[in-house]
Amino acid sequence: MIEFLQQLINGLAQGSIYALIALGYTMVFGVLRFINFAHGDVYMLGAFAGLYTAPKLLTAFGGGPSLAGATAVLLTAMFICAIIGIVIERLCYRPLRDRPRLTVLITAIGVSLFLENTGQYAFGADPKSFPEIVVDRAIEIPESWGAFSALTITVGQLIVVGVTFLLLIALRAVVLHTRLGMAMRALSFNPLAASLMGVNTDVVISFTFGLGSALAGAAGILTSIQQPSIDPLMGVNAGLKAFVAAVLGGIGNIPGAALGGILIGLLEALVVGYINPTYRDAIVFAVLILILLLKPSGLLGTSEGEKV
Amino acid sequence: MTRHPKILLFVALLACAALSSLAGKVSPYYYDVIIGIGINIILAASLNLINGYTGQFSLGHAGFMAVGAYSSAWLTLSFGYIFGLGTLATTTTYFLALIAGGLMAALAGLAVGIPSLRLRGDYLAIVTLGFNEIIKGVIQNAEPLGAQRGLGGMVQSTNFFWTFAFAALTVYVVLTLVHSTYGSGFLAVRDDEIAAEAMGINTTKYKVLAFVVGAFFAGVAGGLYAHFKQFIHPEGFNFLRSFDIVVMVILGGMGSTAGVCLAAVLLTILPEWLRVVDDYPWLPDWLRPITENRMILYSLLLIILMLTRPQGLFGAENLKRKSA
Repeated sequence: MIEFLQQLINGLAQGSIYALIALGYTMVFGVLRFINFAHGDVYMLGAFAGLYTAPKLLTAFGGGPSLAGATAVLLTAMFICAIIGIVIERLCYRPLRDRPRLTVLITAIGVSLFLENTGQYAFGADPKSFPEIVVDRAIEIPESWGAFSALTITVGQLIVVGVTFLLLIALRAVVLHTRLGMAMRALSFNPLAASLMGVNTDVVISFTFGLGSALAGAAGILTSIQQPSIDPLMGVNAGLKAFVAAVLGGIGNIPGAALGGILIGLLEALVVGYINPTYRDAIVFAVLILILLLKPSGLLGTSEGEKV
Repeated sequence: MTRHPKILLFVALLACAALSSLAGKVSPYYYDVIIGIGINIILAASLNLINGYTGQFSLGHAGFMAVGAYSSAWLTLSFGYIFGLGTLATTTTYFLALIAGGLMAALAGLAVGIPSLRLRGDYLAIVTLGFNEIIKGVIQNAEPLGAQRGLGGMVQSTNFFWTFAFAALTVYVVLTLVHSTYGSGFLAVRDDEIAAEAMGINTTKYKVLAFVVGAFFAGVAGGLYAHFKQFIHPEGFNFLRSFDIVVMVILGGMGSTAGVCLAAVLLTILPEWLRVVDDYPWLPDWLRPITENRMILYSLLLIILMLTRPQGLFGAENLKRKSA
């Protein structure tokens, strides 16, 4: 039982990362109806943005790991990723907006490969160790809690889950209570009608890319707190799993992406804990295939008929 | 396209196979590159049937290749002794193993094709990519197939003749299939699936057929590869290998077999040419890493191509698609 609980905790922390990345997939799909293959690599760039800015920012906040320093690193990485996301959209996707979806898909794959390979060239292909921005130690659980004291919960896990929770609340506020958020929802509901009502489509799409990429950047930093070894291909696997999470929750549905991310994280932790760690990747894809066969609209999504 | 070019192409490739097997005096380096070209032609032409002619977007071709490579290697390693060790016997086993590898891959193609019926575009791309990873994952856990260590010790039976004979066969089958009355269904599915279905075309059948035939030849290519390199490793069939093949198809022009074959040749030789950079000390230093980083070049090429000429370098009239 305690071991099961332990796996759930590990899964929740990993699932939060997937949830943050999945939100970017789902929001972009909502407004543009296409899968931004390069999104996982933006997450990788977030981690590297942290790697390069952390030493300076930590020194500016008094050197050594500190809450203020870590927050600064997180916000910087989010900002850098938002810019990268907006630039990618502007340069590669906007010129293709009226082209067949396959063309856009291939471009997205091209962008993804470009980021991965340029990353390997610029940062080096070998894993880099991420500076310690937060002291990631195990939290002592008092003996009086009985059997629960056998659980291992780290500061890193708490931060990951906590920050994800805060970001989700912030995102909800942005999407539901700001004019841009309303425009975003209008666009994903009906692009033509939205633009007829005076929504500036280009601005909203840029904003969506920025928002999604900022969340991916945050995920990059949060991962690095738990597993301080980052490499230019780290976005491939995480990106694919987050995509599966977005589909599981119902692509285009924002709460669905968060839910899907957590569920995929939990599933993965249980597979690692109870079956065989080498199956952790394969099982996620098996889930994807099952959802697409049984309920393609996902857990929270609504199915959409194709119009001729 | 008239009926004659494909026969010409077939004859030309067969002649190439016959001639090259006679020649046999090229240096090991060129031998390696030329066999690589042949294998890539098979892979690209067969993927073109799925991606180019039928308009499905598969990102898992290396997975089918892996199935073929491992099945055929396992067969020759396990049953090679049955026919004895003579040249004829080894060749017979090899040939049967190639075909069996192709059939196993076709079976895998069937398994991928069936769920793909409900998916299109982006979803299909991810699912096929997922299948590729699942196949890799299964091999990594299969002890009889060498698991993480890879599988080696196959006899090097692949030569010019077999490689180019199968390349010719692939091109022939794909072209004949697509240009037959029956095969117009592939193009119809690609051009407008809903309209095709409304006209009474069984789109399901065509999609699955494309996957099965495409996977068969990818499996054969895998078998050829396994019996040429004499060592195979699960990581050699990862998604990057699939991307390599996809780049060939896109660069050549989806739905243009001649273009795709040309792209397969070009993209096999290009890294070798880029290696030349190392031989000239006067070239600027920033050019050096280009040999290891050909993928940067490929990906840029892909993006620029999509922005400026989405039909590929050679796919002039073949790909007329309206925005979907």
